[in-house]
Amino acid sequence: MSEWKPNIVVFACDWCTYQGADLAGSLRYEYPANVNIIRVPCTGRVEPEFIVSALSNGADGVFVGGCHPGDCHYKEGNYKAMRRFTLLKMVLTGMGFEAERVRMEWISGSEGKRFAEIMAEFNRTIEKIGPNPFRRDSNAG
Amino acid sequence: MPKIGVYLCHCGENIAGAVNIEEVKKHAANLPGVAVVRDYLFICSDPGQDLIKQDIQAGLVNRVVVAACTPRTHEPIFRKTVQDGGLNKYICEMANIRDQGSWAHWRDKEGATEKAKKLVMSAVAKAALLEPLEDRFVNVTKASLVVGAGVAGMFAAMDLANMGYKVYLVDRNPSVGGNMAKLDKTFPTNDCSACILTPVMVQVGTHPNIELLTYSEVESVDGSIGNFKVKIRKKQTYVDWNTCTGCGECIEVCPKKVPNEFNEGMGTRKAIYIEFPQAVPKKAVVDGAHCINCGKRTIGTKPRLHSKTGEPVLAPCEKVCKIGACDRSVAYDPDGELVELEVGTIVVATGFKAMDKTPFKEYSPQSPNVVTALQLERLLSATGPTEGDLKRPSDETKPETVAFISCVGSRDKNHHTYCSKVCCMYMLKQARLIKEKNPGTNVFIFFIDVRAGGKDFEEYYSYCRDLGIRVIRGRVGAVDELAGDRLRVRAYDVDMGSAVELESDLVVLATAIEPAPGLEELGRRLGISCGAEGFLKEVHTKLYPVETAVRGIYIAGCVQGPKDIPDSISQARAASSAAAVPLTLGKVVVEPLISEINQENCSGCGICVPLCPYSAVAMTTVGDKPRAKIDEALCAGCGVCTAACPSRAIKLHGFTAEQIEAQIIALTAGIGGVSYV
Repeated sequence: MSEWKPNIVVFACDWCTYQGADLAGSLRYEYPANVNIIRVPCTGRVEPEFIVSALSNGADGVFVGGCHPGDCHYKEGNYKAMRRFTLLKMVLTGMGFEAERVRMEWISGSEGKRFAEIMAEFNRTIEKIGPNPFRRDSNAG
Repeated sequence: MPKIGVYLCHCGENIAGAVNIEEVKKHAANLPGVAVVRDYLFICSDPGQDLIKQDIQAGLVNRVVVAACTPRTHEPIFRKTVQDGGLNKYICEMANIRDQGSWAHWRDKEGATEKAKKLVMSAVAKAALLEPLEDRFVNVTKASLVVGAGVAGMFAAMDLANMGYKVYLVDRNPSVGGNMAKLDKTFPTNDCSACILTPVMVQVGTHPNIELLTYSEVESVDGSIGNFKVKIRKKQTYVDWNTCTGCGECIEVCPKKVPNEFNEGMGTRKAIYIEFPQAVPKKAVVDGAHCINCGKRTIGTKPRLHSKTGEPVLAPCEKVCKIGACDRSVAYDPDGELVELEVGTIVVATGFKAMDKTPFKEYSPQSPNVVTALQLERLLSATGPTEGDLKRPSDETKPETVAFISCVGSRDKNHHTYCSKVCCMYMLKQARLIKEKNPGTNVFIFFIDVRAGGKDFEEYYSYCRDLGIRVIRGRVGAVDELAGDRLRVRAYDVDMGSAVELESDLVVLATAIEPAPGLEELGRRLGISCGAEGFLKEVHTKLYPVETAVRGIYIAGCVQGPKDIPDSISQARAASSAAAVPLTLGKVVVEPLISEINQENCSGCGICVPLCPYSAVAMTTVGDKPRAKIDEALCAGCGVCTAACPSRAIKLHGFTAEQIEAQIIALTAGIGGVSYV
């Protein structure tokens, strides 16, 4: 089979990171095409179950992107997300997942370049740690 | 049964140039629930939208996926198409295969195509689970708030007020007028700034529909389009503005001198002051930080009685105030007063601040003869510290040579990368004013290049050249202080290809235009983010230049980026008409993408209640059991409660757990994970 490429699922809040991703595109900042975004109104909408679900379905990396602290369109959704994410990360690492496989970052709507850079970097990180052990496909090497 | 129609947009070459549409089409056709797949050059065009409508009307599709650009700009368009076709408008999902597809991966055609397939698959999976929703309407409070009373804010306020709406015009300074009030003349017509601005200030001050809230700041903003609840902090003036007539006698007798902000730190004002002679409203303010409480007359204390005469000992300012507006016995609250307003829309026009000279160590900022262009503006102005007589600050002699330096802090990666846009023209204007007043003065302008794009600007530039103003193309490396208060400008002349040196009496720095201080914090209060340069961000540079990410809040003038007076006013008037639309309609649509509690599943645990940032969730009793309940009018649709509910009893319409799970499964399809659900 062809070379393994990480499958990366991104939950992006509509007000900041989703806009940042749009901006990256309109300025033609490139990042790996294996990064796919699910649009959510706020990182506060992201249930820990979604991240677990993505991983159990074989995603190699899961990324949650929201507004910078203090900039949340819904005042404090990103703080709620941060708390949940910290706890979830402890659970995941306890289960044997590499801590780097899940990541949360604040990327504003004007940080198109930063979005592209972080995606490229996250992709490299996942390439380094290898496929999700839950993957059962032939690509997973 | 879902019958999903997938519509693939080529967006000319924008998408089709990187994404193999035929391949995506074939892939989409085999997805579960997909009934029709079509592609077209521009789906958002009339014939493109007709494809969707015809398929709906022919009964071929009952759900729609449009794979095109970003839903942030085009979702409303396609929702309307779907509605016009006869379906509920929320039965429409977009796959962002342009902004987050072909544009980002324009060199990786294979990757862009594979990604487009996945994004379509994800959108199809979500579309199959979409539910019809009904729009909500809210009534609009027919009033508007304008923040910032510079030229942009004043014009926005005037337009709204002339349309018949109540306008609250807020400014942090005691007077309206903003930066334009500081200018001497304005390019390209050399109108006297005061002559064209002060009548507008008076109109704003006397308009029956405008309520001025000067010396005030926005403390908090809650609510949303139609019904913003705003708290304004009126700072303490320590003078009764209801009775103060602005006569200025208190100022005459005040002994304490303070650097004059209106004159950009040159000259002094008193601790009790009126911002400038043409101020509107013309009212005195006690600067609490500098007032020395003459005669131990601390604000809010009773005067002591004179030991001999038995008369109360008063401070000079209150002694001369015949009408008692300046009464220091009143126990004023140093925090001022909090005013609560309800408005339907908000226009933000807080303008700019010109950079200070101190960060530019290479240009000898310690020398009084190195001034910023805004300081020079005050030196040229009849209302300035020299009453318009240009003198160099160190010894008040007439400068024989004046050198201007452009792009100080602009187009400079150490400070601001952007062009401040107005500097080229105002330097030419100032040079011209100097030449016209004193034709013998040698005037040199050091430019990186002259940017004179604008109506009548190039002609203005040519005229200045003809006046004998010397334009040197090259960057200035340093300004050194010499004996006799003179300055040496060291630069590189690009045209001569050599280093040049010039001795000058006065050096003018065209410092960059920056966002007004505190803009980031104000943006936070309003829920609008700043761009990388610190100015407030519009929704779309070209299509929606005055709209912000928050519906009902609009921006105008330099708060959005550097611009000149004609542009600021144009934008202000655009913003005022945009802000008037909801007021005129009287009610606005609010998307029904909010959370709802299924009380059958709710266990009454109450976890959601304290999490809601809007206090929209409360406990109630159903039968004899505690249950959570969401107030529809307050819910903003963030989904924080939805994500937290341990019983999954809360549904966020438009972003349900089932829909997002379906997207996750679609995006991870074919890689053989162990699905846990």
